[in-house]
Amino acid sequence: MRKPVEQIEEATILFAGDSGDGSQTIGTQMTETTALIGNDVATLPDYPAEIRAPAGSLAGVSGFQLHFSSEQIHTPGDLCDVLVAMNPAALKVHLHKLKPNGILIVNIDNFARRSLRLAGYEDNPLEDGTLAKYQVFPVELTRLTRKALETTDLSTREIDRCKNFFALGMILWLYNRPMEYTMKWVKTKFARRPQYIEANILALRAGNVYCEATEQFAVSYDVKPASFEPGTYRNIEGNMATVLGLIAASHQSGLPLVYGSYPITPASDILHGLAQYRNFGVVTMQMEDEIAAVGVAIGAAFSGSLGVTGSSGPGLALKSEAINLAMIAELPLVVCNIQRAGPSTGMPTKTEQSDLLQMFYGRNGESPIPIIAPSRPFDCFETIYEACRIAVKYRTPVIFLSDLYIGMGAEPWRIPKLSELPEIKADFAGREYAHGNGFEPYQRDPETLARPWAKPGTPGLEHRIGGLEKSDITGHVSYDAENHQRMVEIRAEKVARIANEIPPTEVFGAQEGDLLLLGWGGTYGAIRTAVEHSVEDGLSIAHVHLRHLNPFPNDLADILNRFKKVLIPELNSGQLLQLIRSTYFIDVIGLNKVEGQPFHVFELQAKIDAIFKELGHF
Amino acid sequence: MKKERSSRPKRKRTSHIPAGVPTLSKKDFESDQDTRWCPGCGDYSILAQTQRIMPELGVPREDIVFISGIGCSSRFPYYMNTYGFHTIHGRAPTIASGVKMANPDLSVWVITGDGDALSIGGNHFIHLMRRNFDLNVLLFNNRIYGLTKGQYSPTSEQGKQTYSTPLGSLEAPFNPISLALASGATFVARSLDRDPDHLRMIIKSAFEHKGTSFIEIYQNCNIFNDGTFFQYTEKDTKADNTVFLEHGEPLVFGTERNKGIRLNGFQPEVVETSNGDYTTDDLIVHDQYTEDTTLANFLAGMSDTPDMPHPIGIFRSVRHPCYEDAMTNQIRSAKDRMGEGDIEALLNAGETWTVS
Repeated sequence: MRKPVEQIEEATILFAGDSGDGSQTIGTQMTETTALIGNDVATLPDYPAEIRAPAGSLAGVSGFQLHFSSEQIHTPGDLCDVLVAMNPAALKVHLHKLKPNGILIVNIDNFARRSLRLAGYEDNPLEDGTLAKYQVFPVELTRLTRKALETTDLSTREIDRCKNFFALGMILWLYNRPMEYTMKWVKTKFARRPQYIEANILALRAGNVYCEATEQFAVSYDVKPASFEPGTYRNIEGNMATVLGLIAASHQSGLPLVYGSYPITPASDILHGLAQYRNFGVVTMQMEDEIAAVGVAIGAAFSGSLGVTGSSGPGLALKSEAINLAMIAELPLVVCNIQRAGPSTGMPTKTEQSDLLQMFYGRNGESPIPIIAPSRPFDCFETIYEACRIAVKYRTPVIFLSDLYIGMGAEPWRIPKLSELPEIKADFAGREYAHGNGFEPYQRDPETLARPWAKPGTPGLEHRIGGLEKSDITGHVSYDAENHQRMVEIRAEKVARIANEIPPTEVFGAQEGDLLLLGWGGTYGAIRTAVEHSVEDGLSIAHVHLRHLNPFPNDLADILNRFKKVLIPELNSGQLLQLIRSTYFIDVIGLNKVEGQPFHVFELQAKIDAIFKELGHF
Repeated sequence: MKKERSSRPKRKRTSHIPAGVPTLSKKDFESDQDTRWCPGCGDYSILAQTQRIMPELGVPREDIVFISGIGCSSRFPYYMNTYGFHTIHGRAPTIASGVKMANPDLSVWVITGDGDALSIGGNHFIHLMRRNFDLNVLLFNNRIYGLTKGQYSPTSEQGKQTYSTPLGSLEAPFNPISLALASGATFVARSLDRDPDHLRMIIKSAFEHKGTSFIEIYQNCNIFNDGTFFQYTEKDTKADNTVFLEHGEPLVFGTERNKGIRLNGFQPEVVETSNGDYTTDDLIVHDQYTEDTTLANFLAGMSDTPDMPHPIGIFRSVRHPCYEDAMTNQIRSAKDRMGEGDIEALLNAGETWTVS
């Protein structure tokens, strides 16, 4: 007899184990399957910087959190319904994230005295009452996997590495998800090692059958598909969406893509992603350092390609002089910063939004550079495409300011039609630009103030550019006082004019009233969820999420003035807050957190409640 | 400045200019900008020889790009009537790599100095050498920082007294030729600002070489380091202090051409061929095309050895695959294998589902 299935609206699962235990793999597989059957999904991988920290240690715990729902969701969830702990260290690190009465699946084969001690447990938490408020499911995951795979020729070590698929089989059963997508993936992944295909599928099936057969699991759950805007969807990570956006921009503009990079967490996936697409003419160059990486991108831009470089905060610090060169030379350049927790090396595998002021001000001299930020994993596609469009149109470096949380998080994406993408016109200067005085490289488009893009190889347009201040129009080296003043003003004005084509800002919730939450970047999901809850509670509250950080949208001043209070939640010590205060001369309230972790919805909720209390609403 | 002629035999030149292409002159390569180096600077000669040789290369002006970093030498692109990019300190190799990669048809020239290439840009320099883009690097070595008014450079002799080292510099200098060889450079040469014929010949050979061509040019800074190379460049001393490298020829030098370089074990030594002890058959015969770098390294080391003449000419010239060609091949074979990239298919790749 089939066990009963309970309908629920949403669930949050956290897979956790040693960094070699494959939590990221099964988390990703569960995400793919869940997205494919139509749920809305959001994920949060949380892993250590060490590739293999000492086995069983707290430092080595790798987690993957996944939230799925039959409604639209925006975050990977605050607290979890299910925690899969492959060892005591994973339990110790993540138990506080499990809801009371939540499902706790533990691999008891890993709870020997030594492992407990490594995790800092004096007594076995499975026996001492620590877990009394949870539904605990102790499973002999290692032993059962070995038993299921005893017919294979694999070594015990190899067999043990399949136990994550046993756990995945269990979770797929628990949430009534099909195994076929994972099986298909296993077959592609291990195409060259058929023995691993068989083994992982055996483990997956065994985990599934185990739940069906034992009395431990009496009930399973189902989450119905969410309603989405019509279209074709796929699940996508932010960095992959960035890759696709860059290739799309290259394709739509007809500009060959040259991506210069140096390996760095969490931006390397963009380099890896692009390197797969040589058949799109994509050139990826892994350079000797961050400076060389931006250097080749600038050289490529001068030569008439779409020059792009990508890194994270420490890399951006090294690139800043070269970015400034592209700024004064007025060449198109796209710079991706996938932020991580700083300062210095900081916490490379943790998220933060603390590079905003670095991107604004981290260059010598007056150096205005457009900055745009994606808000969600799928939004990386549109935002990087927009970065390319602005760079090409205005002949300026543009900073695409993503972060680890967005870059490595995944969610469903409605795949756009090519016809929906805005035009990117390369518009190279041709021979007609040569006249009596020769070519004038700093003659400008009267509307955008962009200077001509004259690539080497064009007869008659031979000219010299560089980092020295240039005379207006002629581009000759100039130390003239008035000219320098004028050039500084022109470069600022050029960037400011981008605001003229920023679409009207979307205000979610009340169009005017008590409280506006103003955010940017990866905090979108948490802010939107908190504001949605507050709107349901009848509060006069709104959410504005900025894509354009420099320049700000023209309508922002008006929007800010329509609310009694403005709250800016940021994963830094108040950087947008400083910019908003100094630009608009209004007081704003900050909610700041620098823990390397995203906001929880409840943290925002508490702040909102406190502000409304102050306003006398409660 | 006195005109010096070397005693080497002249090389036969071939014209690269295809029939029907209008012939350009030196003047066509002079920009409208006033040259602003100190009067008497060695850079003038290098600029003039470059402008003189350019018409012989047969490359249209619009296909030539000069890229420099920072320093006196790096002003060079402003004076060439070609495309030019005066970039930032030490980074010219990176920008040149991007220019060449994005358009392999361009003739790319990096202009740099001893501080720019070997100090602040040292990392880029070695990696540029090993990547072997088909481009040319002219390093003006004057063993001093000129633009910043006279501090010691990475090629300054140890103990050099400058504004920043009043008690003498502490570190041993780089040998640019050895460094280029160690970094895998496929064309390595040395020439002199005060030997215009030789300089033009070397620039032309560098251009003809497919791959990264590195030329170290001994250049006089008459303000901050006047005469640092005079024993190798001036009439009275040049013949006895330099040995001009000719492929297939023994290493003979000296005013009387009666001195030569012989290998004594692992040590090159100067011997006389006029007193009966040695003949030219005992001397090292130069082979610039050998793949093995041992000989080139011996020759490079001579300029670090007191009382040895400095070799001038081409140390090494070998053919290796170029980065940009290898990249182009990868793109071509990926297209052959997977088909020309289909953007719609790419966006819709993997598992998808449709909501209607």
